[in-house]
Amino acid sequence: MRHIISILLENEAGALSRVAGLFSARGYNIETLTVAPTEDASLSRMTIVTWGSDDVLEQITKQLNKLVDVVKVVDLSEAAHVERELMLIKVRATGKDREEMKRMADIFRGRIIDVTDSTYVIELTGTSAKLDSFINALDAGLILETVRTGVSGIGRGDRILKV
Amino acid sequence: MMITGAEIVIRCLQEEKVEHVFGYPGGSVLHIYDELFKQDQIKHILVRHEQAAVHAADAYSRSSRKVGVALVTSGPGVTNAVTGIATAYMDSVPLVVLCGQVPTFYIGQDAFQECDTVGITRPCVKHNFLVKDVKDLALTLKKAFHIATTGRPGPVVVDIPKDVTALKCEFEYPKTVQMRSYNPVVKGHLGQIKKAVQLLAEAKRPVIYTGGGVILSDAAEKLTQLARKLGFPVTNTLMGLGGFPATDKQNVGMLGMHGSYEANMTMHYADLILAVGARFDDRVIGNPEHFGKEQRKIIHVDIDPSSISKRVKVDVPIVGNVPDVLEEMIKLLDDGFQADPAVADWWRQIEEWRGRDSLRYKQGQYIMPQYVVEKLYEVTGGDAFITSDVGQHQMFAAQYYKFDKPRRWINSGGLGTMGVGLPYAMGVRFANPDMPVACITGEGSIQMCIQELSTCKQFELPIKIINLNNGMLGMVRQWQEMFYSKRYSQSYVTSLPDFVRLAESYGHVGMKIERPEDVEPALRKAFTEHKNDLVFMDFIIDPTANVFPMVAAGKGLTEMILAEDL
Repeated sequence: MRHIISILLENEAGALSRVAGLFSARGYNIETLTVAPTEDASLSRMTIVTWGSDDVLEQITKQLNKLVDVVKVVDLSEAAHVERELMLIKVRATGKDREEMKRMADIFRGRIIDVTDSTYVIELTGTSAKLDSFINALDAGLILETVRTGVSGIGRGDRILKV
Repeated sequence: MMITGAEIVIRCLQEEKVEHVFGYPGGSVLHIYDELFKQDQIKHILVRHEQAAVHAADAYSRSSRKVGVALVTSGPGVTNAVTGIATAYMDSVPLVVLCGQVPTFYIGQDAFQECDTVGITRPCVKHNFLVKDVKDLALTLKKAFHIATTGRPGPVVVDIPKDVTALKCEFEYPKTVQMRSYNPVVKGHLGQIKKAVQLLAEAKRPVIYTGGGVILSDAAEKLTQLARKLGFPVTNTLMGLGGFPATDKQNVGMLGMHGSYEANMTMHYADLILAVGARFDDRVIGNPEHFGKEQRKIIHVDIDPSSISKRVKVDVPIVGNVPDVLEEMIKLLDDGFQADPAVADWWRQIEEWRGRDSLRYKQGQYIMPQYVVEKLYEVTGGDAFITSDVGQHQMFAAQYYKFDKPRRWINSGGLGTMGVGLPYAMGVRFANPDMPVACITGEGSIQMCIQELSTCKQFELPIKIINLNNGMLGMVRQWQEMFYSKRYSQSYVTSLPDFVRLAESYGHVGMKIERPEDVEPALRKAFTEHKNDLVFMDFIIDPTANVFPMVAAGKGLTEMILAEDL
């Protein structure tokens, strides 16, 4: 099953490689990984999308907690949460495709943030599934480049991950 | 007063009451060595290879419950130390390894003797640090000792660039250290402990299964108290030997791949396993699917939550420091514990299994390795520190030397590192200067750190090396014999040195023992007449001797091959 793990860790050199190294050393999967400092600059927040059985997830959580730099670990997908991913996608926009691309971006509530004679860069935010749908909805031949941030997630309401 | 980083290192070690540092100098650590020279509180043990420095520090810790400290230079000093660090990590030994590094302004430029120490050691340490500012040095060292010794212990590497050891700052050693990201659990959950005690009272076929955690946490006494109160059979893992007296009737022996018949049968058919400081690893329970076929309840006491339910599902997990949890259990049992009457039948069954006498062997024309270990046990009164290398001799030592006390059996259980035996014996001897120390080894393993005979001479360490010489990599040969149709690929060790003359050339005593009747007199001579000498005893043993019982890889615990089957 797909899980979203949120980690608060010390914002120190090498902390990221400790987490990434743990996943590769123990054969766990990483689908996406995002990390950036929090409002407290001494802490980083990392979101990892992974998948595995309940037993594997239990081990992942325990092993992460064992890392000395890790302050807190939560499986966001265990309860109510929201998740978002940002994608920038560069598409060919010439002739009749130019109007079509604009329309598709509107339908998916994307924004065109760069325009040239022949291309658009569209910014799109949503769940990973929505971004996938957008890619699938476009003519594959018109996609020039995509870049995705990976998932960021946060618990709903009173679910707060803080020191 | 401002002092240099190198002085800070030494002052911190002094504050931590470190008495011995095992190391090898080099360019990046010259400032630190210079400070070592100027004081006499800390004794430096000069080894002949950095791997041995870490192994010796490791055994120093295992045999004394102090922290082991090693000091190596950058680059090759560190890479040589990695095997030692990984060995200590797998067996959860508290070490602080200080590594020199090229100056901060050279880092990343492929400087002479530069390597990414933090990167290379990351997967095999509990934690590691690179100190970039001399002002962080004292706190980092405090953290290193704190992390190494608390929770599940382990090695901590501190990488110190050369310029950091030359720069000056004010020194104050922190009394305590607080880390928001590191707070190991100590007390077990009382509700869980109560549940466990309830299960103990209901058990009809119980077993107490204990591992290295009992030794590391100094819980042997508590465990023995608990086991006697319960009256249940006890089995120890390779790492757990000495956690409960081997000569006690309740002890059914070591379990696992080369465990006794009764230990493996008891473990497999138990309806309740009380696992204490052990981790159900592949060498202990064999195939987990086969193991999972029996219906049973498992109570698992361990300080490391990630050891629980890793390979085997557990019913009552108790995360906590082993002696504290056992203490709580004993208190609850004191309220009046009555084992189920069916336990008496269970014991009858176990005695029947014990009757198979699975460690039986015949002493024929050649010296049998088992016989040497038995005689060593007799001659030393069972009270020596025994280190071993890795292979058949390690298993013979574990099976035939009966450890009644914790921290007497020093071996590489997790990583299985050949070459540890001699440096381990050195570390043990520094921590226990008046005690007899024997290193049980083979002609393969001993050659992996043979250069330490020189260190032993320098420090006059009267270690007794028991070399079980069969001219072959015995364990490899045993597997090839059993599972590779006797194709002995690369398991012969030819061109062996004359170990007697080799020992003599290092200034030690050498003996070659070829007949069974000479085994005991030679051992007696080594431990009396040559009490104060290092004696290299080269026992020429039966080259066909194999270790039994044996649970082959991928097989279940009860699917043992016994000597009598062949």
